[in-house]
Amino acid sequence: MAHVATLILLMPLVGFLLVLLNGPHLKEKQVGYLGTGVVAVSFVLSVVAFFLLLNRSPHQVTVNLFSWISVGTLHVPAALLIDPLSITMCLFVTGISALIHLYSIGYMHGEKDFRKFFLYLNLFVFSMLLLVMANNLVLTFVGWEGVGLCSYWLVSFYFDRDAAASAGKKAFIYNRVGDVGMLVAMFLLFSRTGTLTYLTIFDKAGTLTPTVATLVVLTLLLGATGKSAQIPLFNWLPDAMEGPTPVSALIHAATMVTAGVYLLCRMSPILALSVPGRTTIAIVGGVTAFVAATIACSQKDIKKVLAFSTVSQIGYMVLAVGVGAYSAAIFLMISHAFFKALLFLGSGSVIHSLNGEQDLRKMGGLQKFLPLTFPTFLIGWLTISGVPPFAAFWSKGDILANVFEYSKLLWILGVLTALLTAYYMSRLFVLTFRGNERFREVTAGHDPHESPWVMTTPLVVLAALSVVGGILDLPWIHHNSLSGFLTPSFGLIPTLSHASGLAQTGLAVVDVAVAVLGIMVAISIWRKGPDQPRYESSFLEHVWHWDDFYDATIGRPLTAASQFGDDVVEPKVIDGAVNGIAVSVRRSADGLRKVQSGFVRQYALATVLGLAVIVVYLVARVG
Amino acid sequence: MNVPAAWYLILAAVLFGVGAFGLLTKRSALIMFMCVELMLNAVNLTFVTFARTLSDVGGQATVFFVMVVAAAEVTVGLGIVVAVFRRRSSTSVDELSEMKG
Amino acid sequence: MLAATSPGAIVVFVAAAALILGGAVGVLTVKNPVHAALSLIMTLFGVAVAFVAQSADFLAAVQIIVYAGAIVVLFLFVIMFLGVDRRDSVRLDPLVGQRAFAAVGVLITVAGLITLMARSHWVTGALSVSTKGHALATGSQNVKQLGTAIFTTYLFAFEATAALLIIAVVGAVMLARRERVADPEEVDV
Repeated sequence: MAHVATLILLMPLVGFLLVLLNGPHLKEKQVGYLGTGVVAVSFVLSVVAFFLLLNRSPHQVTVNLFSWISVGTLHVPAALLIDPLSITMCLFVTGISALIHLYSIGYMHGEKDFRKFFLYLNLFVFSMLLLVMANNLVLTFVGWEGVGLCSYWLVSFYFDRDAAASAGKKAFIYNRVGDVGMLVAMFLLFSRTGTLTYLTIFDKAGTLTPTVATLVVLTLLLGATGKSAQIPLFNWLPDAMEGPTPVSALIHAATMVTAGVYLLCRMSPILALSVPGRTTIAIVGGVTAFVAATIACSQKDIKKVLAFSTVSQIGYMVLAVGVGAYSAAIFLMISHAFFKALLFLGSGSVIHSLNGEQDLRKMGGLQKFLPLTFPTFLIGWLTISGVPPFAAFWSKGDILANVFEYSKLLWILGVLTALLTAYYMSRLFVLTFRGNERFREVTAGHDPHESPWVMTTPLVVLAALSVVGGILDLPWIHHNSLSGFLTPSFGLIPTLSHASGLAQTGLAVVDVAVAVLGIMVAISIWRKGPDQPRYESSFLEHVWHWDDFYDATIGRPLTAASQFGDDVVEPKVIDGAVNGIAVSVRRSADGLRKVQSGFVRQYALATVLGLAVIVVYLVARVG
Repeated sequence: MNVPAAWYLILAAVLFGVGAFGLLTKRSALIMFMCVELMLNAVNLTFVTFARTLSDVGGQATVFFVMVVAAAEVTVGLGIVVAVFRRRSSTSVDELSEMKG
Repeated sequence: MLAATSPGAIVVFVAAAALILGGAVGVLTVKNPVHAALSLIMTLFGVAVAFVAQSADFLAAVQIIVYAGAIVVLFLFVIMFLGVDRRDSVRLDPLVGQRAFAAVGVLITVAGLITLMARSHWVTGALSVSTKGHALATGSQNVKQLGTAIFTTYLFAFEATAALLIIAVVGAVMLARRERVADPEEVDV
């Protein structure tokens, strides 16, 4: 088991190193298959590890790699914790990554930085695996930073474009602000419990006072909002769409943005100690889901719609964590990975066929030109809208059922968000595939062509997973389901209560009704074409002017303060002090120079006066 | 007997003071030199007074040497004065003030 | 003590003091440098009288011969050579405060010296053993005493000052030498 686990982690690193060292000598196809291959091997090993874990009881293994930090009372090993939560994360991270690596071989074909792309992608998978498999907060943080760094590199992959470069910077900076939260949480935990290893912290969790626990939870939430793009740190995700589409699919849909949710789930024993903390988490999740959904309704770029959709869906996951439905959150995470990656890769296929066009107003009528992309995208659309029996119906429904038990207000918010989700996704679908062909000028009159098999195969696989994904956690199966498997990882969950069967059925009906309503409204409005000013809102399109708000309250004052520092503090205070010392030395020297007047008589006078002083001193001593 | 030593010592001190004042106040190089001679004489007088009072001939020997040195000093000093003021019209030391800070 | 002082000694003292102080003040006040040199001679003469009064006969003679006879003559030579028998404008001192500070400094020094001497009983120190408690000799005995001291106890100083004199002579010759510049305007001495 230990070797398997270590290999899972190290395979992507091996891929990274091989491409790094031999890259210039390898052909494009070799780099692509090498990169994909190592991740696929990791996936296979994850499956093996899964079965090995099932054979153990309890389902928990700690794999010590080496002793990393040992200073005074701080002992941080480089060790892995293999338990249901981490193995689940490993499985879907490596699986989805392998599919997206395969897709990238086709999508990035012909790019001059092809090798660099796979380099970064492999490094990313390694960091993500490190994040989820670590057994202590510090090693998780290393992975956390690693994924942030790879995200930065990959978002600004087309670095000669200003928009891409600044988007990468924005992503990194927002992540960093969130990281402060995670660091403070680590400091607090270490100071109170003396350790940073998860299992030991959980053992000592009882020693934390409610105030400290709440502080830890809130700071962890800050870290999670940075990484998972929740309010208040979500504006980087739409900008991150500047990166190539596989990057958006892998990092900003399926894996990195789920890291925040993972962290909160992992720290569930601490969350259990703080009611205000969990309430805050739930509110943040619910509000973010709703706000992001409203914004998605007015976006004109296909990837931006999907980006805000991601923010919204992760909002659902965070909401689930807040109400204590950890397994439901992980369930949605997995199914979201399936259908969101599918939607992103599908949109990548569309963009690829239209020579890079991303504006919805220039699409339409692609149904007959993309025979594989169209049906898979259709499945993705139906899934995310919450239509049964596809995966999201079950996972979103699971969450909403739990939220209903917790707070009716948040439940209403969740249902409204589901309505909006169905609406904007249907809008996207109709504008892209149905209706009149508005893309002729982009393709210079040619017909768009379907993507190669390396790109369509992952689409098919993901579509299949979206269809059957619901099996993981059907509501009437309790023990052999995902939640049954995961529950031991979460410790004692204080508030989880199950609705009665009748209430669950009623809620399911509401979910379906809302989904159908959203779809029908959208189709009726948008099949007429993309110019519908009555249904467009510039407030929504401009992200509720969030960016402008941050610019006005944080950006401009900081810039003004820096400018002030440059104009005033630097020349007058700092230079003034340094030069002032020099000037004052020179002035005092000038003053002292006057003693050397050149007149002999004055020198003689000085001598006599000195003599007078000595004589007076002697007289005083004698007298 | 003889006059008390105190009187001679006071006399020498006053002579020294007059010489010092002249040295500081006069501008002509030659007058300044003469004031230096006054001060040296005051010192000689003091030494001789002490020699008399303490019956120590060493005091007189010291005066002897002071005179020798004074002679040498005047020689060289006046040589310098001649060398410096040869081409100038006045002997004011205030003109030699170029070595200033 | 005043009681043990003979009136003759007092007269001699007063005379010497008058000569000395009169000459000193004269050096300071007269305008003509030649007259200043003559005042200096008066002072030197007064000092010689004081020497004689204190059993320093040889020194008194040397004072007249060397100081008044050679040094002052040298002064006069230079005064004549440089032609500075004009008057020196004394009215305003270009250096601010020089006179005031000089007066203050000198007064304090002299007053302090006198106070120090008074406090330490004018003359301190043991009587020298060389004369075995007797007073210093006068006349030819004084010469003998002085010569013995110089050529035995203070021999090194004697040799050193001899060397000094030679150096001084050489130095004076170097200083007074005319520079070897082809300057036809130069006036010969």
